[in-house]
Amino acid sequence: MNNGKNWTEEDVDRLYSKLKREAEAAGYYLNPDEAFTKDLVRGLLTNEARYGYQACPCRLASGIRSEDLDIICPCDYRDQDLTDYNTCYCALYVSQSALRGETPISPIPERRPAPDKRIQVGQGAARMQSSLAYPVWRCKVCGYLCAREEPPEICPICKVKKERFERFM
Amino acid sequence: MEAKHVMGEDKGRVMLYALSTCVWCRKTKDLLKTMNVSFDYTDVDLLNAKERDEAMEEIRKWNPLCSFPSLIINNNCVVGYDEKKIRELLTI
Repeated sequence: MNNGKNWTEEDVDRLYSKLKREAEAAGYYLNPDEAFTKDLVRGLLTNEARYGYQACPCRLASGIRSEDLDIICPCDYRDQDLTDYNTCYCALYVSQSALRGETPISPIPERRPAPDKRIQVGQGAARMQSSLAYPVWRCKVCGYLCAREEPPEICPICKVKKERFERFM
Repeated sequence: MEAKHVMGEDKGRVMLYALSTCVWCRKTKDLLKTMNVSFDYTDVDLLNAKERDEAMEEIRKWNPLCSFPSLIINNNCVVGYDEKKIRELLTI
């Protein structure tokens, strides 16, 4: 199993720069503590090598993609945590006030439900009858809405994949 | 499942359930080392499926969310990197 100790500075910098660029383009911010943030980036690289996707470094992934969708970074809980605590669970992303140093960046409670309380993909998504010309899809990560037959391949705001969208209307 | 042991001053049972990729877990390990406390830890993400299930069953007893780090200090469980609480529980 990959223990994550073998990433080169170049590997880490590449992902770090990409995440930073994409975050800032969409109004999000990476944790300004670069050493801390790069440690998290190493965790993301390790999880990608291990599971095939960038599961949150601070949560235990099952290795089954459909069960881990909500914790693929950026996770489904990031935006609410930024609102409530100025940082996401692992503290890769922070709010503008935390970026400016106006609010502390400290550990926050886990918002993800306990293993026995999680809703599996497909569950709870009742078929919707609608009089709209198109279905409305919602990005579970950033809340972006679009009215079209299918969700986009990639969320134009937070860059997560199509699988992270839910039918909203 | 064999927990890893870190030598230090005996403060009773100090068991850390951690993830090898988690930065807050690493900070918890570093704090315990800085405090020179004897402790055991397991990186749950590095276990095989059977060991992982056993570890999760144990963590669930203390922390139903099964989040990391979960640090058991004698009969208390500190969830998350809570430096103040860890210091309080270990300063007896």
